[in-house]
Amino acid sequence: MHYISNTAQDKAQMLEAIGVPSFEGLISNISKNLRNFKWNVPSGVSELELGREMAEIGHANKNFKYATLYLGAGNYDHFVPAVIDRLAFRGEFITAYTPYQGEASQGTLQSMYEYQSLICELTAMDFSNASMYDGASSLAEAALLALRFTGRKKILIPASTHPEYREVVRTYLSFVDAEILRVPMKDGAMDMEQFERLMDDNVAAVILQQPNFFGVLEETHKVSELTHKSGALLIACVNPISLGILQPPGEYGADIAVGEGQGLGNPVSFGGPHFGFFVVKEPLLRKIPGRIAGMTVDKNGRRAFVLTLQAREQHIRREKATSNICTNQALCALKGAIYLTLLGGEGIRKLALLNLRNAHKAHERLLKIKGVQTVFKKPFFNEFALNISRDKKKLKNNLRKRGILGPLALGDFYPDMDSSYLVAVTEKRTDDDLKRFVEAIEAS
Amino acid sequence: MKSDSRTIFEKHSFNPASWLPELDGSEEKALAKLPEGCVRKGEPNLPSLSELDVVRHFTNLSQKNFCVDTNFYPLGSCTMKYNPKALDAIAASTAYAQIHPYQDEEDVQGALKILYEMQVVLSEITGMEEFTLQPAAGAHGEFCGLLMAGAYHRFKKNKKTKVLIPDSAHGTNPASAALCGFEVVQIATNAKGHVDVEDLKRKLDGDVACLMMTNPNTLGLFEEDILEIASRVHKAGGLLYYDGANMNALVGICRPGDMGFDIVHLNLHKTFAVPHGSGGPGSGPVGVKKELIPFLPHPRILRKGQKFAYEKNAPHSIGKLRSFYGNFGAIIRSYAYIKALGDEGLKSVSENAILNANYLKARLKDIFDVPYNGFCMHEFVISAKKQKAKGVKALDIAKRLLDFGVYAPTIYFPLIVEEALMVEPTETESKETLDRFVEILAEIDKEINENPQKVLDAPHTTPVSRIDEVTAARQPNLRYRS
Amino acid sequence: MTDLSKLKYTETHEWVSLNGKTATVGITDHAQKEISDVVFVELPKEGRVVKKKESAMVIESVKAAFDIYAPLSGKIAKVNDSLKDKPETVNKSPYEQGWLFQMECSDPKEYESLLSQEQYLSVKGAGH
Repeated sequence: MHYISNTAQDKAQMLEAIGVPSFEGLISNISKNLRNFKWNVPSGVSELELGREMAEIGHANKNFKYATLYLGAGNYDHFVPAVIDRLAFRGEFITAYTPYQGEASQGTLQSMYEYQSLICELTAMDFSNASMYDGASSLAEAALLALRFTGRKKILIPASTHPEYREVVRTYLSFVDAEILRVPMKDGAMDMEQFERLMDDNVAAVILQQPNFFGVLEETHKVSELTHKSGALLIACVNPISLGILQPPGEYGADIAVGEGQGLGNPVSFGGPHFGFFVVKEPLLRKIPGRIAGMTVDKNGRRAFVLTLQAREQHIRREKATSNICTNQALCALKGAIYLTLLGGEGIRKLALLNLRNAHKAHERLLKIKGVQTVFKKPFFNEFALNISRDKKKLKNNLRKRGILGPLALGDFYPDMDSSYLVAVTEKRTDDDLKRFVEAIEAS
Repeated sequence: MKSDSRTIFEKHSFNPASWLPELDGSEEKALAKLPEGCVRKGEPNLPSLSELDVVRHFTNLSQKNFCVDTNFYPLGSCTMKYNPKALDAIAASTAYAQIHPYQDEEDVQGALKILYEMQVVLSEITGMEEFTLQPAAGAHGEFCGLLMAGAYHRFKKNKKTKVLIPDSAHGTNPASAALCGFEVVQIATNAKGHVDVEDLKRKLDGDVACLMMTNPNTLGLFEEDILEIASRVHKAGGLLYYDGANMNALVGICRPGDMGFDIVHLNLHKTFAVPHGSGGPGSGPVGVKKELIPFLPHPRILRKGQKFAYEKNAPHSIGKLRSFYGNFGAIIRSYAYIKALGDEGLKSVSENAILNANYLKARLKDIFDVPYNGFCMHEFVISAKKQKAKGVKALDIAKRLLDFGVYAPTIYFPLIVEEALMVEPTETESKETLDRFVEILAEIDKEINENPQKVLDAPHTTPVSRIDEVTAARQPNLRYRS
Repeated sequence: MTDLSKLKYTETHEWVSLNGKTATVGITDHAQKEISDVVFVELPKEGRVVKKKESAMVIESVKAAFDIYAPLSGKIAKVNDSLKDKPETVNKSPYEQGWLFQMECSDPKEYESLLSQEQYLSVKGAGH
């Protein structure tokens, strides 16, 4: 299959206009050695066959439209209203380019500005960029920003932060002259004693995930106070949906707030594409990475939107840029913006309450099962850790039989938590789902 | 029709969010369990528009955009080819959109098969040994590649501090190198736009970790000295990095791996038909030669008999660049694209891309100054030098093109050509579209001679014209405040 | 009005005015024209020690960023805060209100090796 329009006649006319007898004449400067290769690429197929083949491969995936997902850990099964895809997949959004030519891209630029505004309101911070790749890389970029801004060399990151996020921060800082210090956990949250011990005036930033990887709520005010006392920056990594009822990072002194935006209108899609949001307080505005849209006027005084503060970016500063990021995740952020607009302030509060309620209901009910205990005695949002002392294999089979995917075996991430599981509960989970979950454990 | 440029914050209706289930009153009990200091007072100040108003708002916004589906987009270095709708449908299908990255391996064999086979077929297309699909974009891929180069040298106990980059390179190259702690040294390009091998010889020493370059170069010209360049870099103990932004010129014709490149990144949102999405999401897979495989980000996807699995044991891996495995929704589109096109289809991509570009170049050489003679590959650069002498710049021409419904070519890049216009038609455009483009440019050139003000004041037909970027930067207004 | 002939210059288009050990630094009219509309001035931190020819700060236009180099070695003593709100002052008055920073020189002899106005004017394109 191909999407080429050129007929044999077109090609002949073009070759004539160019003044060359055949196509080979156009690439005669490429050495014969390079042309002689054998590649193992199968022949193409028609759209009909493509559809059939892709559907067949897809059958080997157990998807959660027809099963119940109790997995979270950074990607959540939230309901996405039909409007979002209908709007986001309009050709004018999905096949448009980065809005460098402002006059041809007012739709994109205005929606970026609106996205930025929405995220600022949600997080109670001052300025946002137009999105980054995902929550983990946003966190890493925040750490880089803090190191550069303060000139200090240490980053403190709690063990209760998502393990993949911690790894991404480590990777980003591989060749940077800085030290990453892990603050141990105590009962599922940051160990405050150890934290105080590790704080000194060489710490550039303290990272705090809220809720953390285990769904547990951290002591944000205390951490913020201690962080700022030493002159370090507080980087909050937050769940955007939780901000419907949880205090936003801007109100507990975060200097930078980042997080995974997937829950806002984007499908889980096996981990990507999603978007990371990145918001700061005013003093850090000029250090923010990534694209930013601004409102201004055109030569006739009409309101216009444009990419601005570009002198921070790679295409101008090159090696002195605030980051190397070029492409962001515009379409994913657009979905997030539409989603937030469909919710409004009241709606997102309602959504967060539903998540909270369902999770607490599930927690309460599951604890009634013999052999099931809560791992941490701390408050949580919509995710919690349970010890389930049942045969692992049996449990897995019984869950599968009842069409349940998850929960997450924590032993995969924390070797000393071998019989613990991370359960995520969203607004989509029903009483019937919970009933089957309970049955599965009891049958094991 | 006068356009409404109100933001969502300035519109007032109400959305009952009735797509959510109802609260049942028990929520307060759960809320009471949370410490007071953690709870938000009141609600976030977000606008709430009725569903109809949301649809109207964003639909109207979309209609202010140029896009491939509506306009010719000859943006050099961006490969704005047609994005097949069949691919969108596949990526959005339940089988692929409704799977979680932490599901058990046995439950996502379809996804793992796609990732694995994609790693393999990209290796075949580029002549490399193995790929990682983790990076989310080209720049992310560059970062990944340079991290691997750094890790490789560190492992071999080589002390390498410099990365060589041609002065015509894309800005992400030096930015990525700086992030990896390398010093950036520029290599000159000669009068023909090629990497200046003499300058390379002068600057190549034992401190060079890597030479980053693209082929064809940013002027659309094939680097004929590539085999010599590769040999020199390797002799000096350095690695050769391929920026795959221009891969659309080479697919099926020759392969970067065969030229001697050790690390390759691709932009799936360029050559491999993933839509640009107004600025992402894309995907930037990175391919390597054998000696760099241990440093790939983890997890690698492996084949074990008939099954696919995550490789958990990777002691030398550079780590992870993002959570989970990559932009799966983008990767699957490219996977399907490669499957659909196959061997012959992929070859026809570069063949027609090169043919279309040379055709345009041949027809435009009477209107514009062409700094580099000879045939180009998939893109070419022309200069509006002649027009500038008459008082009209590349920027003005770009703006006037918008009035004719054509998105402007890339302007002022590469930095080494004065009043540069970089044109990349891609293979999916018809001859008719190309001919019409030439006619339009001829007409604009005529205007420059007869009525230049019309071009200087352009665009006339877009929702806004000549945006005040200076005020936007001096007094940034980056969020709505009532 | 500043007597431009009394100032010293660099090849990178900075001007310097020395008063004892204190040097005031700005960019020339040619430089501000090259940069065109200044949108942001990233002033150096007071107290920072710089070496001659080291990049001391950055001036941004919409499309580009320009390094401004310390013409002498020393310590940054004072910066022109008014440029934070009115970066366009650099364009409008590059020799007076648009001064960038003042520094305490560690080696005033370096001042002698700077360019005179005549020498600066013969620097490529600097004629003003």
